[in-house]
Amino acid sequence: MAANTDQLLANARNLRAAAGSDYHDTLMASIYADAEQIAERAVTVEGQRGRFDFDRTLDRILTSKMWGFPAMLALLMGVFWLTIAGANVPSQMLGTLLLEHGYNALHQLAAAINMPAWLSGLLIDGVYLATAWVIAVMLPPMAIFFPLFTLLEDFGYLPRVAFNLDRLFHRAGAHGKQSLSMVMGYGCNAAGVVATRIIESPRERLIAIITNNFSICNGRWPTLILMGTIFIGAAAPPLLASFVAAGSVVAVAVIGIVVTLLVSAFLSRTWLKGETSTFSLELPPYRPPRIWQTVYTSLIDRTLIVLWRAVTMAAPAGAVIWLSSNIYIGDMSIAGHMVQWLNPFGLLIGLNGIILFAYIVAIPANEIIVPTILMLTMTLGTAAAGAQAGVMLELEDAQVYGVLTQLGGWTLLTAVNLMLFSLLHNPCSTTILTIWNETKNLKWTAVATLLPLGLGFAVTFATATIARMLGWV
Amino acid sequence: MYNGAQLTRLGINMTDWDFVVALAGNPNTGKSTVFNALTGLRQHTGNWPGKTVVRAEGGFLYGDKRYKLVDLPGTYSLLSTSADEEVARDFILFGQPSVTIVVVDATRLERNLNLALQVLEITDRVVIALNLMDEAKRHGLRVDERRLARDLGVPVVPMAARQGEGVQDLLKAVAEVASGAAVTRPHRVRQRDPQVEQAINQIAGQVERAFPGLPNARWVALRLLDGDESIEQAVREGTLGQLVQQKSPEPLPAIRLELEAVS
Repeated sequence: MAANTDQLLANARNLRAAAGSDYHDTLMASIYADAEQIAERAVTVEGQRGRFDFDRTLDRILTSKMWGFPAMLALLMGVFWLTIAGANVPSQMLGTLLLEHGYNALHQLAAAINMPAWLSGLLIDGVYLATAWVIAVMLPPMAIFFPLFTLLEDFGYLPRVAFNLDRLFHRAGAHGKQSLSMVMGYGCNAAGVVATRIIESPRERLIAIITNNFSICNGRWPTLILMGTIFIGAAAPPLLASFVAAGSVVAVAVIGIVVTLLVSAFLSRTWLKGETSTFSLELPPYRPPRIWQTVYTSLIDRTLIVLWRAVTMAAPAGAVIWLSSNIYIGDMSIAGHMVQWLNPFGLLIGLNGIILFAYIVAIPANEIIVPTILMLTMTLGTAAAGAQAGVMLELEDAQVYGVLTQLGGWTLLTAVNLMLFSLLHNPCSTTILTIWNETKNLKWTAVATLLPLGLGFAVTFATATIARMLGWV
Repeated sequence: MYNGAQLTRLGINMTDWDFVVALAGNPNTGKSTVFNALTGLRQHTGNWPGKTVVRAEGGFLYGDKRYKLVDLPGTYSLLSTSADEEVARDFILFGQPSVTIVVVDATRLERNLNLALQVLEITDRVVIALNLMDEAKRHGLRVDERRLARDLGVPVVPMAARQGEGVQDLLKAVAEVASGAAVTRPHRVRQRDPQVEQAINQIAGQVERAFPGLPNARWVALRLLDGDESIEQAVREGTLGQLVQQKSPEPLPAIRLELEAVS
């Protein structure tokens, strides 16, 4: 058998050598020729081809050199504006329901059954509160954002985004298909990293994997939307507030794209040098989105799944936060020690110890950043400010703003830097694990994890320093 | 309608299947929509490449047979060596599905046929789902599915999967090919160059002698002449030989593991 197959392989090799290098092309040409012939016999064209023209006209605008990017920004602005403007009222209603009525009812119940204080603290002030906050903060914006985004996707717009970005990626020495995995990353970075499998060259695939984290994922949009609303939007005149807020979120997303391109260009000129591959991207026809089905599936598949992930992460995180701020070592809680230790560095880069500690707690899921920061600020901030320890029972923007500025000592710089740091920090643990699975290489996993974090420190340090030099803070 | 056998969607609940059905097609042809229509699952559909780079699986019950449906990554060909194309090709070749459904876009028939013809080289148990017939009509294209079926030598089912049209016909065709009730005579690509044709025949003959009973010796010969390393390896290690035992309804264990590792 072995001799048989060896001879067979040798024969094939000889014949291939004899035919020259264009064997592959000859074989492909035969397939194309047959396909052409069969298709020609089966298809007849009749009359006008009106819809093709509609597609072409639309593409001429949406993918034009001049209007492609403005149209992209305008569409993104529209989506975020609708999200921010629409989520406000339901967010407050949910906040009242869960954080005021639900919270009080649970405490009354705990008192009625004589639950020990440490247990009611752990369960209600820790687990329940963190979970309730995650739901109140995340559900309304996600329930608006995901269906809108999915409608754009269903309509066929995302390949146009990829088309627009392809030119830039090519110039950065990366594969054009990276624009596709990048767009996937806007949903979930772990999914984006898996999607890089469509890139054949290992070099270009690594670039795509390392930079995927600069696409803002599901878990990070809520942080940006909240910060944009209560700090940046609020600094503008009321009429313009929601536009300015949406604009700030879009700005961070655009910075993400710029960073993706810069880092890709850097990698492809240093550690990952090599040829740039070409590929052809087919622009699919626009399809009328099936609105109800899209709304339904994006609510079920995206909103609820992401929310569920956040809730399952928030519950244990709530317990960790409560425990770490109620178990004392010496005269300070564990969280207090951590925050105090991180604080000098945090302040140096325009953040604070609580935010950095929150990012450690939130390594499993970025979704819980905002609740973690709020809970820690409530418990630790009060001690610092010498005020009455308390629990925030409503989620009105003004109140969140009050807690963060008065108890936490936040400024506009803190909010801006939190938005930047939300874009530029280590990927969540799921994504890190996915990167390891896809690369099986410790070095590149470490690069993909630490490079964004280092960039985050550098950028926030720079903005903080500039802001201080100009006397803004 | 005629004796409409009932479709029961089984979602991901699929044990003890009778037939494995693979779902192949170019990106953006409505493959995931067909998958969802048959299994009742809600794989998110999106019309751009890279959406499905891993296999998704689901099940359905039709007639009294249970089918396992495997959604392969959408690809334009089965030749080059990107990970998604390899997943698709390895499953069609080594997974030995009872039927492979190739979803083709009726509005872009010629380009889609490139993939369909490559699948037909590997296996003769193929059903063509001629999808997006509604769009073709809107674009003023008329596609003659009977002519197409005659040229390709396998059943062709016109569909508009988004509207649920043609699903019953597709199930019927799949059941017929799976049970062997429908006999297919797949189109094999003609090599215009007599020298190439001769080389293929020579190698194919040797492949058949080395692996008697192999269902696709000609395709293996084509790949060897093209210098396909993974096929050379399959020949060298004798993995190809296992394809001869066509009875096994399940994918071969070793290769299954490999595929699982990819997904």
